[in-house]
Amino acid sequence: MKMGGKPPLLAATDVSKHFVARRSIFGTPRASVKAVDGVSLTLRAGETLALVGESGCGKSTLGRLLLHLITPDQGAVRFEGQQLSSLPEAAMRGLRRHMQLIFQDPFASLNPRMTVGDAIAEPLILHSLVPPDQRKTRVAELLKQVGLRPEHAARYPHEFSGGQRQRIVIARALAGEPKLLVCDEPVSALDVSIRAQILNLLRDLQRDLGLALIFISHDLAVVKHIADRVAVMYLGRIVESGPAETIFADPRHPYTRALLSAIPVAAPQQNRQRIVLAGDVPSPINPPPGCHLHRRCPYASTRCATDAPALVTDTAGHAVACHNTAEIGPVGTLVPTESAHDPRLDRLIAAFETSPPSPQSSPSPGVSP
Amino acid sequence: MSGSLVATAEAIRVESPARRAWRRLKRRKGAMVGLGIIILLVLMAIFAPLLAPYDPTQQSWSLVRKAPSAAHWFGTDEVGRDLFARIIYGARASLSAGVISVGIAILIGVPLGLIAGYGPAWADIVLSRITDAMLACPFLILAIALAAFLGPSLANAMIAIGITATPIFVRLTRGQVMSVKVEDYVESARAIGNPKWRIALVHILPNVMPQLLVQITLTIATAVIAEASLSFLGLGQQPPAPSWGSMLNAAQRFLTNAPWMAVSPGLAIFLTVLSFNLLGDGLRDAFDPRVRD
Repeated sequence: MKMGGKPPLLAATDVSKHFVARRSIFGTPRASVKAVDGVSLTLRAGETLALVGESGCGKSTLGRLLLHLITPDQGAVRFEGQQLSSLPEAAMRGLRRHMQLIFQDPFASLNPRMTVGDAIAEPLILHSLVPPDQRKTRVAELLKQVGLRPEHAARYPHEFSGGQRQRIVIARALAGEPKLLVCDEPVSALDVSIRAQILNLLRDLQRDLGLALIFISHDLAVVKHIADRVAVMYLGRIVESGPAETIFADPRHPYTRALLSAIPVAAPQQNRQRIVLAGDVPSPINPPPGCHLHRRCPYASTRCATDAPALVTDTAGHAVACHNTAEIGPVGTLVPTESAHDPRLDRLIAAFETSPPSPQSSPSPGVSP
Repeated sequence: MSGSLVATAEAIRVESPARRAWRRLKRRKGAMVGLGIIILLVLMAIFAPLLAPYDPTQQSWSLVRKAPSAAHWFGTDEVGRDLFARIIYGARASLSAGVISVGIAILIGVPLGLIAGYGPAWADIVLSRITDAMLACPFLILAIALAAFLGPSLANAMIAIGITATPIFVRLTRGQVMSVKVEDYVESARAIGNPKWRIALVHILPNVMPQLLVQITLTIATAVIAEASLSFLGLGQQPPAPSWGSMLNAAQRFLTNAPWMAVSPGLAIFLTVLSFNLLGDGLRDAFDPRVRD
């Protein structure tokens, strides 16, 4: 949150976006969804910020606001000190090569009637980055950089698998030589076996190219793998943000705690504190007054129902929007570390590895827990 | 050596969406029959002077209303003109009316549809209201009214049919654009810095083309009928130049004693319209993403 001499790569101040949800028969808005409600954040070059929260909390909208694909109703987004909403159309288009978006669904984010080579070359053409005779070479380079082969340039997207398509999308994003990459759930549409590959690719690229990443996800296990800082969103507001280790080790907001306590961990025997919020997420059209969480929060006090808590940052950069952090106290074990295998499981694996399975040594009756 | 082998194998596997649609279309018998007949009709229209056994406008008082025979395959009409020659020459009027009027409709309708679907909101409101108003009139009635207003000639009939068919393309393009413009790849095109016109032409239009192509073939069929109807009413092709519609018009007075006069132009219209419809249906199936191959 502190700024040195030069401005941060990206700074959002008090950004809001409301979508009209219902209109009267004369077309005047009658109800709106506060998709993003007064969010401020900063991002330095080369840093990874994870935006987490459940579906519908506004994280994707925030991602698009930061890229100025949607215009905010209030507040301002600055990229390298330039306020995006005040830029003329052409200047904004020129700036776009520095800020790229990777979508959740790699099957929908590539034009089905463009070859992969043409899709990757498009940013090169639009921003005149490479002379026409060198475009092919550059496309081949980009394909190699994301782990594909140069021959793939002549093919169409429908010939690729999900993981390969996501690599193509990443290559296309890299073609503009971006400084900022907003990844909107980049792995949640992929097979679990492919996820790690794509995450590692993103991390390697970030390290090699010094990219700043905004990583939008609902999967905290993935976030832990990749983020420097984490911002937790609930119903359009950031409720907690800070360095990733702090958020995972010492979450202070009840909502963050509930999220963390829901991460599935392959350690069923370990003791673990489960925090379960009551009820469902309220409608974003008509969120509860005060703290949006107060009706579901086990720690809520009377004040929570009337005053919206401000995001208060401590000296270590850990920010929490809760009136009752002092009362809530320290946290127990929310995310148990994945232990070594259960000894019984080890024995079972050993048995399978030494002798081929036979009907007599069928493990199912003998090794019931 | 092995490298080039791999490269050829790769090259064979690459298939553009258009190629894939063509491969799928080839498997549909109806569509291929339709396409074959259309190609024959087009060749017939182009090479009419070589194919026609007689001059289509040459009258003969000794040959009035002769039944089909070896000399006159389709018979002769009320002033002794050879019907076979007139059918061959009439294909020119019918096909060019179909193609040119639909061409007019596309040239006006598709850009307007793009503007309505992807342009400012007020443009959509204005264009959609005009389209609705035009679609509220039955196709033929509007075409007849316009043709009557423009004056009787084949060119005016084409213009009238073209304008009448325009709202179909405005509406179809608008609808397709609206469904395509919310796709991630359109947002992605915006995110890499495409200007709006380029998104519309490079990213949206090609993805609307399949549906347009289907509509084009079906509308050509409608336009062929419309031209025949206008000519039947005397608003299209002017005598003595042949047109299937005006031939039908002449035939109706002699239906009982010279039915062959109506049979050949009727069949020609039927065959043309059927072929375009078969091709359109085949294209629709070939482009259908739900059908896997």
